[in-house]
Amino acid sequence: MLIAVVASACTLLSSSSPDEKHISIYSSVANYSLSISQHKGTDYVGLLELLEPLGTVSARTNKDRWRIRYNGSDSEFIASKAHASIRGSDFALTAVFLLENGRGLVPLSSLSTLLPRILGGPVTFNQTAGRLFIGNVAVHFTAQVSQTTPPKLVMNFTSPVNPTISTEPGKLRMVFTHEPLVAPGSRALTFESKMIPSASFQESNGAAEVVVSGTVPLMASFSNDGRTITISPPQTVPTQVQSQGQPIPPMPSNPPAPVAPAVPGSVAAVAPGTRHYFVVVDASHGGDERGAALTDQMAEKDVTLAFARRLRQELDARDLPTLLLRDADVTLTLDQRASAANSSGAAIYISVHATSQGTGVCLYTALTPPAEQGQPPFLDWDSAQTSFLTTSRAAAIGVAAELRSKQIPVRILVAPLRPLNNLITAAIAVEVAPPANDVTQLNAEPYQSLIANAVALGVADIRGQLQAAGK
Amino acid sequence: MIPRHLIIGIVVMVVVALGMSFYVLRMRGNAGRAETTAASAQPVAPPVSGPTEQVALYVAYDEDGSLRAQSTRIPLPAGRQERGEELLRALLNIYLSNSSPHVLGPGSEVRDVYLVDPGLAVIDLNGAFAQGHRSGVLVEELTVASLVETLSANIPGITRVRILVEGKERDSLAGHVDLTNFYDTAAMGQAVRQLQAGQ
Repeated sequence: MLIAVVASACTLLSSSSPDEKHISIYSSVANYSLSISQHKGTDYVGLLELLEPLGTVSARTNKDRWRIRYNGSDSEFIASKAHASIRGSDFALTAVFLLENGRGLVPLSSLSTLLPRILGGPVTFNQTAGRLFIGNVAVHFTAQVSQTTPPKLVMNFTSPVNPTISTEPGKLRMVFTHEPLVAPGSRALTFESKMIPSASFQESNGAAEVVVSGTVPLMASFSNDGRTITISPPQTVPTQVQSQGQPIPPMPSNPPAPVAPAVPGSVAAVAPGTRHYFVVVDASHGGDERGAALTDQMAEKDVTLAFARRLRQELDARDLPTLLLRDADVTLTLDQRASAANSSGAAIYISVHATSQGTGVCLYTALTPPAEQGQPPFLDWDSAQTSFLTTSRAAAIGVAAELRSKQIPVRILVAPLRPLNNLITAAIAVEVAPPANDVTQLNAEPYQSLIANAVALGVADIRGQLQAAGK
Repeated sequence: MIPRHLIIGIVVMVVVALGMSFYVLRMRGNAGRAETTAASAQPVAPPVSGPTEQVALYVAYDEDGSLRAQSTRIPLPAGRQERGEELLRALLNIYLSNSSPHVLGPGSEVRDVYLVDPGLAVIDLNGAFAQGHRSGVLVEELTVASLVETLSANIPGITRVRILVEGKERDSLAGHVDLTNFYDTAAMGQAVRQLQAGQ
């Protein structure tokens, strides 16, 4: 189905600072981004954070030595030294290894030689662009202008894509943060069309960008399950469009700039009403907002991110395409989370929380405030979830059944927990508590995997019901 | 040889200096104890005289994540607004006691309760209440449900409750439970029933 989009409606603010440097990692297991830190003019990245989504990894510090175990193989680094031992062999880093509060940082310029040794496979690293490809994961595309009236630029991709789209006079900009999109044969494309004369491909700060130039206003539409984007002039003069049934976010007291800069963040925005993902998983908190201090060393934001990544793996493995709303340590407002989830058209939204109190898992559905009368065709932002509570409740019951079958204590509650009440799809929150009051287990792989597996099974069990409700 | 009167003078001065030091140390100790006492004091409820009334306080229990109705007799003033404040202060006295089933941060207080017709109650908490509150969905919901249900169960006619902190709107109590909206007491009743079931 072809769903038309006014591109300006697709722009979503990301609260990452545009000046903050990022590296995006693309692999067959997960696509994610990490912040880059600078020390004495050299770029560094946390090695544990980089490897964590790729396999089983643990690290421990012994004085100035930092040992990391990845899929059973050990590597050892020494603070302030440029030599290391990788799988028993000596290795020379391009700059000294840094140890900061138990966190091991390796120079970015070493990744292209260091990672193949640790991972045991090839990697391609574009350091200037901050993009790292592990294995053969690249997404390619072709672009061709049809000689129709009006002309259409048809872009075909080898895998589904989901760029953030924005417009400015004479340009339509698509930013691919989550897709391993690589350049076509030439980075500058020219077409025999007066309306769409050219396009260009650029890479920077962990993202790829395709900018289409036009002498008329352009809009984009998705088809072929996200593998095709068609760019053409609108049939009528475009105006600010809000899809029917979309709730209106409240106006902030200080309105943002009309066009958000497309910076690499962790929010993917798609056309309203378009479904490329079945599930949206939202790791709560992040960035400046740490959430609960689970222990002196363990912040809720880190536990939720690790759990959310495991949950995405479990869902993807069950053929449930999953968008991870926050895939790095970035700050997202609740309105941004709700807008991104609503725009994704996903059948279910799952918010992840963690607590040191109690045991087992609490599942929450929204406690919606009294509904204000929305001005048709719009819904009241604060009570948008009201029409979806039955499906949300069914989802919570399905997930709870799977958790109980694995002997995990579970409760289902309603709670005034944003952004659940702002969502126009089935929406639940999962608050994970430690087993038997052992709070250190909250971040342990076996415990997280056990719960993630049960949650994914629960969602898979009611896939049909969720699909039916989303139609 | 040192003259005898000089020796006596020096001894007297040393004794006086020692005595003054002892006095100063003692005074500092008393001042420290007084500060400690002031810091640990529970919110001071205005003295309420008159007959006591049977009320139901909805008390949160962390041990099983439940909310339990607890009947007690407390003196209540005649005015509805003052009754609301007394009810919540009685509730906070339980939470701030040594055997608290649901610990709140030190210095937590309900500053005021305003009853605005028709049916709206506004609870104004102090900053210490929110800043010292533990963070988590369940632990925050227990607190909010406890306050809202205690108020609405004992003062007829309350249909909506709004919670402010230091007279201002706040996004959440401690990072999770939403404080930007009104609580519908009927809807909150559903949450209370679930919480009363415990684990």
